[in-house]
Amino acid sequence: MKLEKTWILALLTGSVIWFISCGEQGVKESDPPVDIEKVAEKQPEVHGSEIKAGDIKFENPLNAEWVLSGKGIYELKCQACHKLTTDKLVGPGWKDVTKKREPVWIMNMITNVDMMLEKDPEAQKLLEQCLVRMPNQNITTDEARQVIEFMRQNDGEK
Amino acid sequence: MQASLLLTFFALTLFSCKPKGTQSAVSGDAATKVYVAPGKYDEFYNFVSGGFSGQMSVYGLPSGRLFRVIPVFSVDPEKGYGYSEESKPMLNTSHGFVPWDDLHHIALSVTKSEHDGRWAFGNANNTPRIARIDLKTFRTAEIIEIPNSAGNHSSPFITQNSEYVVAGTRFSVPIGDNQDVPINTYKDNFKGTVSFIGVDPKEGTMNVAFQILTPGINFDLARAGKGKSGDWFFFSCYNSEKANTLLEVNASQKDKDFIMAVNWKKAEEYAKAGKGQKKPVRYAHNVYDEKTHSAKSTIMNEVLVLDPKDCPDMVYFMPCPKSPHGCDTDPSGEYIVGSGKLAAVIPVFSFTKIQAAIAAKNYDGDFDGIPVLKYEAVLHGEVQKPGLGPLHTEFDANGYAYTSFFVSSEIVKWRVSDLQVVDRVPTYYSIGHLSVPGGPTAKPHGKYVIAYNKITKDRYLPTGPELAQSAQLYDISGEKMKLILDFPTIGEPHYAEAIPSSLIMNNSKKIYAIEENGHPYAAKGEGQAKVERKGNEIHVYMSSIRSHFTPDNIEGVKLGDIVFFHVTNLEQDWDVPHGFAVKGASNAELLIMPGETQTLVWKPEKVGVYPMYCTDFCSALHQEMQGYIRVSPAGSNVPLTFSTGTNLPTEPGK
Ligand SMILES: [Cu+2]
Repeated sequence: MKLEKTWILALLTGSVIWFISCGEQGVKESDPPVDIEKVAEKQPEVHGSEIKAGDIKFENPLNAEWVLSGKGIYELKCQACHKLTTDKLVGPGWKDVTKKREPVWIMNMITNVDMMLEKDPEAQKLLEQCLVRMPNQNITTDEARQVIEFMRQNDGEK
Repeated sequence: MQASLLLTFFALTLFSCKPKGTQSAVSGDAATKVYVAPGKYDEFYNFVSGGFSGQMSVYGLPSGRLFRVIPVFSVDPEKGYGYSEESKPMLNTSHGFVPWDDLHHIALSVTKSEHDGRWAFGNANNTPRIARIDLKTFRTAEIIEIPNSAGNHSSPFITQNSEYVVAGTRFSVPIGDNQDVPINTYKDNFKGTVSFIGVDPKEGTMNVAFQILTPGINFDLARAGKGKSGDWFFFSCYNSEKANTLLEVNASQKDKDFIMAVNWKKAEEYAKAGKGQKKPVRYAHNVYDEKTHSAKSTIMNEVLVLDPKDCPDMVYFMPCPKSPHGCDTDPSGEYIVGSGKLAAVIPVFSFTKIQAAIAAKNYDGDFDGIPVLKYEAVLHGEVQKPGLGPLHTEFDANGYAYTSFFVSSEIVKWRVSDLQVVDRVPTYYSIGHLSVPGGPTAKPHGKYVIAYNKITKDRYLPTGPELAQSAQLYDISGEKMKLILDFPTIGEPHYAEAIPSSLIMNNSKKIYAIEENGHPYAAKGEGQAKVERKGNEIHVYMSSIRSHFTPDNIEGVKLGDIVFFHVTNLEQDWDVPHGFAVKGASNAELLIMPGETQTLVWKPEKVGVYPMYCTDFCSALHQEMQGYIRVSPAGSNVPLTFSTGTNLPTEPGK
């Protein structure tokens, strides 16, 4: 029932073909087909683009402002499924996550979950364990970076 | 005499007019023309009135697939509409909570007489109301009650930049302080009104700007002018006999009724210049606030009324044969097509001639003090022998008009310029309104005409005494109209509008941003979930996310308590609503969109442990999305506690 992004892409391709073939049947020329990518652009729901290893930098001491806003995002959008200990709730607990996973991996998991579940074996393993897809919680790249800062603090970094 | 003959004829045809040959009218490639394969989109949204269901439904064209039923004037347990605390105020009226109405017509908002995809308007015929549906959310955003009205049929029709939505009363009624009058004093005491409801150009918010008082006739349909006639509005009306009993005979006595022409720009000027009178009335104005996810109902107590006798050059009558229903302006704004249900011709009026007749005072007397223009002076011409029982006309982009004929069950295509009939197709069974995508606008998209039928005998598998309501889709891209699809509809499909999908889907809202949730009882994050007691009210600030509620164990509720479940859906992903239901709740469930908060009230009647659960399949673990509430006897000392994921309950404040 729930529409995933890959589906939308498939739908888009399909609709283009349909509009063309419709014209061939002698039905009147229609308005140009709708571009679903454009639809998504205008929306508050954010799907980040893939973040590469060199895209983010880490420094110590931690950025206190980011830690604080990262904590706010955690409480609003993540806490329902992730504990700050090692205990699994819906998803895995966050304790030591920044030591176990590359930060880029975590950020892509937050903002690009469809891509990750499609091609990343570790992400696929997690889905098998948890059976709930990591929801897209409409988090921007900058916000994801702030969440990472909060995770680093949770893992004892100063 | 003539009237009763016509009536007999009308009745006979009703029983004998099942058109022959509709099956064979379907051409071989019909299926491919309407087939929208899985994963492909329809080209048009079709907004269809749900008639006596009180709702509006949304279909795709050409497929005829049903996408959505939007609750408007009737409660809808599927979505909790009219059952959740937040939506109940939407159905408030001066008569209190009215959970049902009769939705007849659809008007889509326009800019420069072209669809702009922002709002859909619908009318409540029974307890007069107009609703505005926001096409970003496909939800009813506002409902305004219409005072001094009864049977709000002649609505909602809309001016060329959505400046005003009109509402003409179908039933004239006693107006003013003394409404306790004998019914047979109709001619003296009953009056009609047409209301002009202003629409805020940005937000769409409505207000009853002014009403025009009219003679005690019945208003049926209406259309605004466009282009050169953009300052004018046209209303069809019947019962110029002013009958109050057995109207089927008594309101069919005269050869001609009227189309009422209103210069609304002039009316607006009169209203601003203080020519109207403020009259005490009571009506409800209900607005849904997307930030607080809640509706608020305000009772208004005044309306500005313009009396034509104080406002010269504002209102004129044009004679129109006979009990006119449709009164439709063509894309250019020059022609106004009247459709007399009992008339043998279709009269087409010319706006240019109307203006000339007004300038020359070319009158045929007056009706209750309002000038009646000479029929011949304002007539462009009549379509001869078009069919029986013309109802309603829409237009394509190539100068053709399409008129539905109830009695002879057909659609007739004719040329506006020379009034020649060029094609006709049978419909199955008795057609009411019809719709061409963009047909009432200045830019018709043509392509299809859809027939909305009144009776569907022999068309679908039988389902007891009542059969499916239905619509039929015809391809009008060629010279000849071709039937290509039947599809069932909801309630009685009175009228519909179709709009290119690109004008709507680009703006469709996917989620409510949780950061912007301004609901006073929102749990913005699981950390804010809690339970509070206020006297005998228990307020549960509950959050939901795949696949659990927080809290999911609640104890300490006692008999006599009223429990408010304020459920916030923490999801921020398109199409992930959660539902909420609790055993024994006497109203309905909730359906809560991503980022939204909705409230269900529950008054437990028995001691025990009650399950609650999510009603909308949300993930592989949806079935596990459940919890319990314990209800103890009144006076018991079980403390109020709540928890999630632990058997160590938390007491509020600890
Ligand atoms: Cu659920």
